[in-house]
Amino acid sequence: MQAFTTLTGLVAPLDRVNVDTDQIIPKQFLKTIKRTGLREGLFYDWRKRKDGSQDPDFFLNQPRYKHASILLTRDNFGCGSSREHAPWALLDQGFRSVIAPSFADIFYNNCFQNGILPVVLKADEVQALFKGASKEGCQLTVDLAAQTVTAPDGTKYRFDIDPFRKDCLYRGLDAIGLSLQHALAIAAYEKRRLSDAPWLFTDLAR
Amino acid sequence: MAAQTLFEKIWDAHIVHTEPDGTTLLYVDRQLVHEVTSPQAFESLKLAGRKPRRPGATLAVPDHNVPTTDRKLGIADPVSAKQIQTLEENCRDFGITIFGMNDARQGIVHVIGPEQGFTLPGMTIVCGDSHTSTHGAFGALAFGIGTSEVEHVLATQCLIQTRPRTMEIRVDGKLSDHCSAKDVILAIIGRIGTAGGTGYVIEYTGSVIRGLTMEGRMTLCNMSIEAGARAGMVAPDEKTAAYIKGRPMAPAGDLFDRAVKAWRDLPTDPGAKYDLTIELNAEQIAPQVTWGTSPGMVTGVDGKVPDPKAMSDEKSRKAAERALEYMGLTPNTPMTQINIDKVFIGSCTNSRIEDLRLAASFAKGKKVAQSVHAMVVPGSGLVKHQAEQEGLDKIFRDAGFEWREAGCSMCLAMNADVLQPGERCASTSNRNFEGRQGAGGRTHLVSPIMAVAAAVEGHFVDIRHWK
Ligand code: SF4
Repeated sequence: MQAFTTLTGLVAPLDRVNVDTDQIIPKQFLKTIKRTGLREGLFYDWRKRKDGSQDPDFFLNQPRYKHASILLTRDNFGCGSSREHAPWALLDQGFRSVIAPSFADIFYNNCFQNGILPVVLKADEVQALFKGASKEGCQLTVDLAAQTVTAPDGTKYRFDIDPFRKDCLYRGLDAIGLSLQHALAIAAYEKRRLSDAPWLFTDLAR
Repeated sequence: MAAQTLFEKIWDAHIVHTEPDGTTLLYVDRQLVHEVTSPQAFESLKLAGRKPRRPGATLAVPDHNVPTTDRKLGIADPVSAKQIQTLEENCRDFGITIFGMNDARQGIVHVIGPEQGFTLPGMTIVCGDSHTSTHGAFGALAFGIGTSEVEHVLATQCLIQTRPRTMEIRVDGKLSDHCSAKDVILAIIGRIGTAGGTGYVIEYTGSVIRGLTMEGRMTLCNMSIEAGARAGMVAPDEKTAAYIKGRPMAPAGDLFDRAVKAWRDLPTDPGAKYDLTIELNAEQIAPQVTWGTSPGMVTGVDGKVPDPKAMSDEKSRKAAERALEYMGLTPNTPMTQINIDKVFIGSCTNSRIEDLRLAASFAKGKKVAQSVHAMVVPGSGLVKHQAEQEGLDKIFRDAGFEWREAGCSMCLAMNADVLQPGERCASTSNRNFEGRQGAGGRTHLVSPIMAVAAAVEGHFVDIRHWK
């Protein structure tokens, strides 16, 4: 996984609440068996007008946001389906950080698995960032070590993050590798449970 | 020992290791796998040269992408076919049990787990699918995960987790006739909102929940994710044990008796504290219908489409305006005056045998309106078989419903079952998001009997007064 330290980049505003993963990447793009190439599916239905042509008003169709790497949005972003295709598609488009007042649980987790930093700020702070983001070329700096987002005027917004998650993302650690370091503890756990609750271990034979 | 909640007991029993900040390596007893969210997990596992730690703890089934028409014809879409074939190959390569597309036991992953006795109280159960919360009906801690985590569980039988908070939702009183678990959960989401449960595991308690059948409890827990919760659960009781007994993958004989004894210790101790408690009075719950593009945009069938202008909060107003535009609805329209084009009875929320029995009892002797296309998609091959044994298929067919093969079907419309732009559907599924059932499609979530009545009348009706 790609480590996340500091990111300075263009911000793209998506002013909607409850953006669900069906919207982030519709089902027809879930038939893939790969993690890459999902950019064309990102916000697919919203990018087009009813007649199928590209909607020039949709934010990601505007040249000014083409190279945006920070997505700014509203409450409950990423709700709905657990599809990891959602962060894969965001990553494929170039987003490395998403800022919102709240995220759905599974999406939030999925971001960390893919080197994307989801940042939770207070609603009024997000509102202030939205104001600034209307200016063309607005850039933010997201600093994971300091746990801050810096606006163009120098205002710093602090965010919380679990220390363990922070460390894994900052160093780009392989989560499975980390867990495998506890292989002995896992085996000991299984041994104990097997004697206490053997019905949990009636494994399926193929 | 201090009084503990059901959740706390299960959580504590599954801790393998704790980091200084409280992050937990949690043991996972069982995993369910389907074709859509697993290929990349298996691929990475292969690339890293890793093997599943306990292949026998995992059960796989294709469900999202399978056709619900005659399976002998195969899958017309080569991309879907490839995904299903990939699942079969991965299961073969890694020694994982799979119910293939033509297996009589194939079905929606959250229907077959309980049906097979794979889902047991006190377990931790995961699946790369948000509606894994369904299995919480058995007093299991069950939640959806992403593909990287699917791989993590395959490789380690564990997950790295932060401890959620606990919420009790107590529903007391008496549910009115023809109101079901579906109406209860929609009313709950209407009350707490689609992010109301974020960061929490919900335990449903109260006389109404105790009175629900196992299948009703599954419907309830299924939509916990629509309230934003990581999981939903109901304490196991004698109903739970009776449901599990004798199922193919359930423990048998002495082992079953021992398990039942242990399950009796699982319910929340008297005096245990939840971080938050919410109470609902069942008497106030009318049959529910959603009007918008999020499950929290819901009202009683005796209500009206809301007027965004009357909403004081700007965010809600904007969201409601947008939703009504998408749904093609006018403020203040009575819900019973909304005409529909399609009806879908199915999905992991409402496709079990009791759902079909009840729906059939209302469809009996009736005819689907000329203007409506209606279909019934059983949750599994075994549910379908059982329904056919009982003659339910004939009742549905005679009434003008299509009777399909088992699968997710038009719940997410990944296969050929899709709404056309602008089409309006009464659906027993769980999500009314924009485009969920097809780009431009308009979904109203309802219970199975509300769906039947809507199919017959061509518009929503208050099932409490329907003859
Ligand atoms: S029936 Fe619908 S909600 Fe359930 S698993 Fe299938 S697609 Fe997901």
